[in-house]
Amino acid sequence: MRFVFKTDYTQDINLAKHSGHVFWYGLLLVTLAIGPWIMDDYWLAQLTLVLIYSIVGLGLMLLAGFTGQFSLGHAAFLGVGAYTQAVAINAGLPLIVALVGAMALSAVIGVIVAIPALRVRGVFLGMATLALGIILEEAFARWESVTGGNAGLFVQSPTLLGIELSDSTPYYFLCLVLTIAVTLGVANLLRSPTGRAFVAIRDSEISAQSMGIPLARYKTLAFAISAALTGLGGALYAHKIQFLTPEQFGIIQSIDLLLLIVIGGLGSIHGAFLGAIFLITMPQIISSAKDYLPSSVADAPGLSALVYGAVLVLFVLFEPLGLYGRWLKVRAYIQLFPLYRRGMFERQKSFQKSERLK
Amino acid sequence: MELLQLLVSGIAQGCVYGLIALGFVLIYKATETVTFAQGDLMMLGAFGGFIAMSAMGLPFWAAAIATVFVMTLIGIGLERVVIRPILGQPAFSIIMLTIGVAYVVRGAITMIPVIGTETHPLDAPYAGKVIEIAGLVLAAEQVVVILVTAALSGALTLLFRYSKLGIAMQASAQNQLAAYYMGIPVRRINGLIWGLAAAVATVAGLLIAPITFVHANMGFIGLKAFPAAVVGGFTSLPGAIVGGLIIGVTESIAGFYLEEGFKDIAPYVVVLLMLAVRPNGLFGERMRKKV
Repeated sequence: MRFVFKTDYTQDINLAKHSGHVFWYGLLLVTLAIGPWIMDDYWLAQLTLVLIYSIVGLGLMLLAGFTGQFSLGHAAFLGVGAYTQAVAINAGLPLIVALVGAMALSAVIGVIVAIPALRVRGVFLGMATLALGIILEEAFARWESVTGGNAGLFVQSPTLLGIELSDSTPYYFLCLVLTIAVTLGVANLLRSPTGRAFVAIRDSEISAQSMGIPLARYKTLAFAISAALTGLGGALYAHKIQFLTPEQFGIIQSIDLLLLIVIGGLGSIHGAFLGAIFLITMPQIISSAKDYLPSSVADAPGLSALVYGAVLVLFVLFEPLGLYGRWLKVRAYIQLFPLYRRGMFERQKSFQKSERLK
Repeated sequence: MELLQLLVSGIAQGCVYGLIALGFVLIYKATETVTFAQGDLMMLGAFGGFIAMSAMGLPFWAAAIATVFVMTLIGIGLERVVIRPILGQPAFSIIMLTIGVAYVVRGAITMIPVIGTETHPLDAPYAGKVIEIAGLVLAAEQVVVILVTAALSGALTLLFRYSKLGIAMQASAQNQLAAYYMGIPVRRINGLIWGLAAAVATVAGLLIAPITFVHANMGFIGLKAFPAAVVGGFTSLPGAIVGGLIIGVTESIAGFYLEEGFKDIAPYVVVLLMLAVRPNGLFGERMRKKV
């Protein structure tokens, strides 16, 4: 068990709390940096997808996990980013300009969503974002001159500094660098007054307001940042899959993104990464498990929906903090061995109150 | 005349939305959460009715009663197994839980060999008949939907307004702890609510199955019932029906006069406008706590 001896106030806000953090995150970085040489192409592609989904997950985590504003239409921002990127790249714009454009446009849409969102909360916010998600999905399908409609849209491969990024290794590094930048950015944001304000709004809007936090401004800001990050993820996603169709950005994708943050662990940066890993590896696990199942079960089309649903139900019931919460428990068990007690992470008894009276 | 026929067909479709929205409102009024499983419970109910009629050879009415009964038990069981352990947790947990339940139900239905992946007709005795009133044509299926929706919402409104049970339901929705103090058995009441919601979902499924057919994805129509519930105010049972009618009529008029594609998004545009202008909906209760 490690005891951190604090000798300086800045230690409280350091990102790396102690040398263990430096060592393990350093090791992770080194592993990721040499990834292309120790993994074959298939796993590298999967890892790239994990990185992309992590960026999107961080975006939604900031909004849902840290500001407490649940969005049921986040795939729409993903779509805005992806289509902006595709159109910009196909028009011959440089990659950096396209990425910034995708983020900016998504952020603008995020601000537009925030306007009705300021008046509603809880489930009604969910309804508003759901409605917006469905409207934008339909817009992707119908605005054929730009998005190609249901026929789909090819995305040309990008170049950066003269390097063709269609190759998997350079593209992996682009995603890796952006993921690290986004992660550091979000971690930094959360220890700043803005991030503290987000968390205060999540925990109690009334208290936050009484402490002098302007709700409207911070909620709008949260929506804008979240949408921008999701848009960035969408832009990278567009290059990864290279062919965009509207149904990739529908309600199913929105629910998948929620699944990502809930299973990863609401309210933790780690959760976004663990959730992304879950979302990408789960189909593989299901398809490899099919070999051991009787064919009547294995070939049924509903198998993966059943498994996803069951996993989600089990997590909400037994592990509300998701995979990251499970890891915290395991770590506490190891650190405290043999003093771990069963009730240490007991869920606090709570009673629901009407949201309408808040 | 054209407009009138559009209105009538919009109203008929709107009643379907209203009927499903009734389930959402019921759950929201009694537990302050939104269920995403309502559409899939409806699908399960329709499949139950189909199986009871085709495999067991029951007549429509007997099959309907049996299915509603069984589905009520399933609803109560669902509450007991998955909802009760997290009773009192934030509403969002329960929303995620119902999304999970919806996935499981849909997955499980499609895994039934042969039946699950096909589309089946449900033969109601009144199917195919047409009622003509003053030149307006209405299918009997739609008339039945309208009548049953009106009856159900009337009965449920009476339940919530006058019966002890209904008032206890509203109390436990507004403040669980205070409800416990008043001696209301919050858990048992919650079980009843989910049973009731499953029964309403089943009635909806059985009634709209002759119109839309029975298939594993029929639950997605629930997504269109959300707008109906929001427009009506989410806390008002008659509001759900009015909301459904507004959505249905908007949809049918948008489908006729506007370009293709607007029909599908019209309900959601209405919802966004409603939330921006009047977040409590048309008939929602307006409540404010003073700090």
